[in-house]
Amino acid sequence: MNMRTPLKTARNLGSAKEGADHFWKQRVTGVANVALGLFLVWLIASLVGADYATVKAKLANPVIALALLALVVSGTLHMRLGMQTIIEDYVHGEAAKIVCVMLNTFFATAVALACTFAVLKISFGA
Amino acid sequence: MVQLTLPKNSKISVGKTWNKPEGDGDWKEFKIYRWNPDDGLNPRLDTFYVDRSQCGPMVLDALIKIKSEIDPTLTLRRSCREGICGSCAMNIDGTNTLACLKGMDEVDGAVKVYPLPHMQVIKDLVPDMTNFYAQHRSIEPWLKTDTATPPTEWKQSRGDREKLDGLYECILCACCSTSCPSYWWNSDRYLGPAILLQAYRWVIDSRDEATGERLDNLEDPFRLYRCHTIMNCAKACPKGLSPAKAIAELKKLMVERRV
Repeated sequence: MNMRTPLKTARNLGSAKEGADHFWKQRVTGVANVALGLFLVWLIASLVGADYATVKAKLANPVIALALLALVVSGTLHMRLGMQTIIEDYVHGEAAKIVCVMLNTFFATAVALACTFAVLKISFGA
Repeated sequence: MVQLTLPKNSKISVGKTWNKPEGDGDWKEFKIYRWNPDDGLNPRLDTFYVDRSQCGPMVLDALIKIKSEIDPTLTLRRSCREGICGSCAMNIDGTNTLACLKGMDEVDGAVKVYPLPHMQVIKDLVPDMTNFYAQHRSIEPWLKTDTATPPTEWKQSRGDREKLDGLYECILCACCSTSCPSYWWNSDRYLGPAILLQAYRWVIDSRDEATGERLDNLEDPFRLYRCHTIMNCAKACPKGLSPAKAIAELKKLMVERRV
């Protein structure tokens, strides 16, 4: 039987004293994604029908390669933050929530590493 | 995980029709949620008919007439009947509002009346507000100062006083909080729009000296940041306030004090 007072329940474990960082990072990466997303659309449009050698030559340009890497970092960070919010909204079991948040981080990191490797390989590859 | 179906004991069945329209009259049909904790039965939707020519214009007038003349066991909260006490908050025609401010003629067809959504029901249209009030208490909704109390009043400029407009009018009816999906899923940890609007009312008060402490207590992934700007709160508020805007202002202050 729960004999706690309503105030004890409402105060629970107290404030985590964080959350603004998550909120701010989501906004910063969101703004970055708008610019970098438009860049990606332009890049793909400019490479329609091009052969592999042309694509490699394009990605060998450091400005193009760095912008793509920036999109990978910003995009996957944004993806991880957004998915974490959804998990916290809907997954209520404490253990399930922690596992989901961890898997979300692993997944976003794996996507980021794979994309980075792909960009570097094309950019530097012989 | 997410629960997609209602538990068995909350499935609503068709209830009793208490009266039929008799003779000439401007009859309005009411379908009202009923649940009695003592009979062990599931909730049901009872039907009543009210002659509008013999009744005041608001949904609350009809509910009081039903309680007085047809079924005295119909249970609801009401007090001021003029939109200032917030007692008669309920879900009417699919929207959370105050029964005393909702005209019967605003609803086409039968008027469906349910208790505020996603709250434990005590009986019929009466929800359990215990957690809501405790959450309000947790934001310490009173003036907090360290400076010695002045011999007269705490002074405030006209401009600073105007910052409280759109906030002080909140009557804590909970129409906004109980219309918010984030509050439905996480009302144990998320404070919800009404309480966050109240929190902002004290954060922005020029006389209050505990601003930082108040922001510290709100800075939490659940207490504040479950708000995803769904805006149901602003749509539901029977006083025309915007809790969503107050929450956005709180989030801006959180960034302002660190960037």
